[in-house]
Amino acid sequence: MDLFLTAIGLLLLSSLAGIGCRRGSRLWSRTALVSLLAGCLLGLAAVTLILSAGKPVTLRLPWPVPGGGLSLRIDGLAAVFLYPALLITAAGGLYAEGYWPVTARPGSGSWLRCFYPLLAAGILLVLTADNPVLFLFAWEVMALAGFLLVVTDRNDEEPLRAGFIYLAATHAGTLALFGMFALLATLHPDALLLPQAASLSGATTTADAVFLLALLGFGLKAGLMPLHIWLPGAHAAAPSNVSALMSGVMIKVGIYGLLRTTGFFIDVPAWWGWTVLGLGLVSAVLGVAFAIAQHDLKRLLAFHSVENIGIILLGLGTALLGRSYGMPAMVVLGTAGALLHVVNHGLFKALLFLSGGAVIHATGSRRLTDYGGLLRSMPLTGLFFLGGAAAICGLPPLNGFVSEWLVYLGLFQAAGHGATTPPVALLALPGLAMTGGLALLCFAKVFGISFLGASRPEMPGHEPPASMLLPMGVLLAGCIWIGVAPATMLPLLDRAITAWLGGTADHTALAHLAPAGEISRLALLLLLFAGLGGLYARPRKGKRIPISVTWGCGCKLSLPRARYSASSFAEMIVGFFDWALQTHTSRPTDRTPFPAREPFSSHTPDGVLDLLLRPAASRLVETTGHLRRAIQNGLVGFYLLYSALALLALLLFAGQ
Amino acid sequence: MQNLPDFILIAVILLNFFLLGTSRLGACVQAVALQGALLSLLPPILSGPSVHALSLAGGAFCLKGIVIPALLLRAIRKLDINREIEPRLGYIPTLLLVALTTAGAFVFGDRLPLLAAHLNSLVIPASLSTLAAGFLTLITRRKAITQVLGYLIFENGIFVFGMLLAEAMPLMVEAGVLLDMLVAIFVMGIVMNHINREFSSSIDTDHLNLLRE
Repeated sequence: MDLFLTAIGLLLLSSLAGIGCRRGSRLWSRTALVSLLAGCLLGLAAVTLILSAGKPVTLRLPWPVPGGGLSLRIDGLAAVFLYPALLITAAGGLYAEGYWPVTARPGSGSWLRCFYPLLAAGILLVLTADNPVLFLFAWEVMALAGFLLVVTDRNDEEPLRAGFIYLAATHAGTLALFGMFALLATLHPDALLLPQAASLSGATTTADAVFLLALLGFGLKAGLMPLHIWLPGAHAAAPSNVSALMSGVMIKVGIYGLLRTTGFFIDVPAWWGWTVLGLGLVSAVLGVAFAIAQHDLKRLLAFHSVENIGIILLGLGTALLGRSYGMPAMVVLGTAGALLHVVNHGLFKALLFLSGGAVIHATGSRRLTDYGGLLRSMPLTGLFFLGGAAAICGLPPLNGFVSEWLVYLGLFQAAGHGATTPPVALLALPGLAMTGGLALLCFAKVFGISFLGASRPEMPGHEPPASMLLPMGVLLAGCIWIGVAPATMLPLLDRAITAWLGGTADHTALAHLAPAGEISRLALLLLLFAGLGGLYARPRKGKRIPISVTWGCGCKLSLPRARYSASSFAEMIVGFFDWALQTHTSRPTDRTPFPAREPFSSHTPDGVLDLLLRPAASRLVETTGHLRRAIQNGLVGFYLLYSALALLALLLFAGQ
Repeated sequence: MQNLPDFILIAVILLNFFLLGTSRLGACVQAVALQGALLSLLPPILSGPSVHALSLAGGAFCLKGIVIPALLLRAIRKLDINREIEPRLGYIPTLLLVALTTAGAFVFGDRLPLLAAHLNSLVIPASLSTLAAGFLTLITRRKAITQVLGYLIFENGIFVFGMLLAEAMPLMVEAGVLLDMLVAIFVMGIVMNHINREFSSSIDTDHLNLLRE
């Protein structure tokens, strides 16, 4: 635990390293980076040591705050979240050296280096806090550091707008969490600590209220479908390494909170599981549908975060249903799927954001339509992006496949031999399958439009420096490792499931339920075939490869601009989901044989934010504005009337 | 002779009705003057002709009955404004409101925990209804001059309330209140002059709402 505290201290040191240094000096950024990397490595070592010791480690120190105490706890559940958090923090910190150098951008570069470690430290503290007040404190540190990072780039109005939406959303969530912890304190005697796992009864109204508040508070952070309003804007506006940390780690803290909270209760009502399963299904399917309709690379990736949160929730819902209906296999597989997907999504989403950031860094644009043929100028970035894309689509032999496979196995249990769960749970299966297929389509679109096809002379692109390539390589290696050797992850997951179920409950080891060895063999076989295929199809000497326009529409045009665009590629699917997406398209109307020049544009508004919340908010502002103008009308007589009425009300009140 | 205070108080209440029911400004000022003069008779009647009471009465009579009305009448003549046109609330609704507040004052006065000596006197209802009338004048009338009249009526209501404490009220306090009034009237006079100059031939306070934001 000392090691872990030192790690957090090093992160804070990295955040404060700039005090006393010249603004934008190289010394500062070096100190900050070294301190950050040392902190992350130390944290990884600490978590590994604690895990190898075999039992949860706690720290109890007094804290002179009402209801507060410096209580930390690292158990298996926290460890699953801590590993990707530390890894991605380190990767993003190193990446910033090439992506957002202080020498080129002294102001915002220093800003980024100050708050990035703070966000990481807040996340680590939330994941280990064992005291409600400390949890909320760390939660706010994380939320505010996140806001400050979203508004890093102040040359533009967009980050500020996205930042304020994020701030409003996260504070609404914090409000719900305050309510949740207040209710939780009435349920268990020792208010200084969070409840032990499986120590409370879930069959009370208070427990239901706690669950709903947790779903609101943590759901807003996690970005599940109706509560995802802040996510696309904030992820798109933030610098790419911040997007990676937010999408890969910070939104998972919401999942962590949801897991921790549901773990407090021993008998879980069935409707909790159904709610989580339903929300997960909606988030997964609609998340990917929205992603397909996006033209902005980072918004697209952000909607994929919503989709993956949906997949994680599907796993969690399966586990909760398993607990309600007494199906231990469902519990173990569902939790394992959800937890492994947390790790996996952290890895491949960070990889995608970093490689996407490299593309944006090289081209200066976030619009997919501006890219084309980038694989020639940035082959390594293209390879990393392809790896991340294959992982997020759930393709073997990468890690996304393993966790989705665990969720599938868990859901299949609902219909297996001796199942007591209503088979309705099976309906989540086609949803999950559809999500995977649509994700594949989406990334075929992104990769095809950006990296394949004819090069755009006006957007040449160039390979990023090694400080940006190295983090991507590490993350891709992580993806491949989990994909090829998932058995190495099972002990960690077992430990986390034990922590979630409470120490007393014995559960079947994951290795008995999920034949991870088969996956390894299959993955190796697949790699072998791929290797052989590549060897066979390798460019041979003396044989010329004909070069033509890839997306030529069957038309002999040599213009690189005349090709499939992001919106035309996705048009059919967007049409299928029109009921949810409400895409505005303005298309040419001239049907004559020789049409004049006409523009085409399509735009997909965010259903909840743009069509519901924004009009409602502006209506509210308008109404209250009218009301205020009516009340404060500048006529002295009215003001006197108000004081007379107030006096009268006081008299009546006193006369009671 | 025993009923004289009650007559005076009833006259004050009736004057309230008259004030809110008429549109002629001159008559309004005269009614307020009459109200103030009548009220200034109260202290010696209620608490006996002591030096304290007599000086109080004399000061109040001079200021409220003579000086301030004279100033106001002069202002009306100078500005050539005779009527309150377009009050915010019409005369009939205002009268109804005055009737309501007066009735409320009587009901409320009965429920106050008073000393036994004041239990059945008209002082409390008269005071409350005069306060309400002053408030209503301030709220429903637009002209600066009627605003001044509203404050005067308000002050009359406070003066009636002070009757309960006539023995206890130090001379200086009452003198201070009267002085405040006088200063307020002067300020209002200056304001009226300025409104008149700025918005030619009108002393409508509705022009003074630019600072509302």
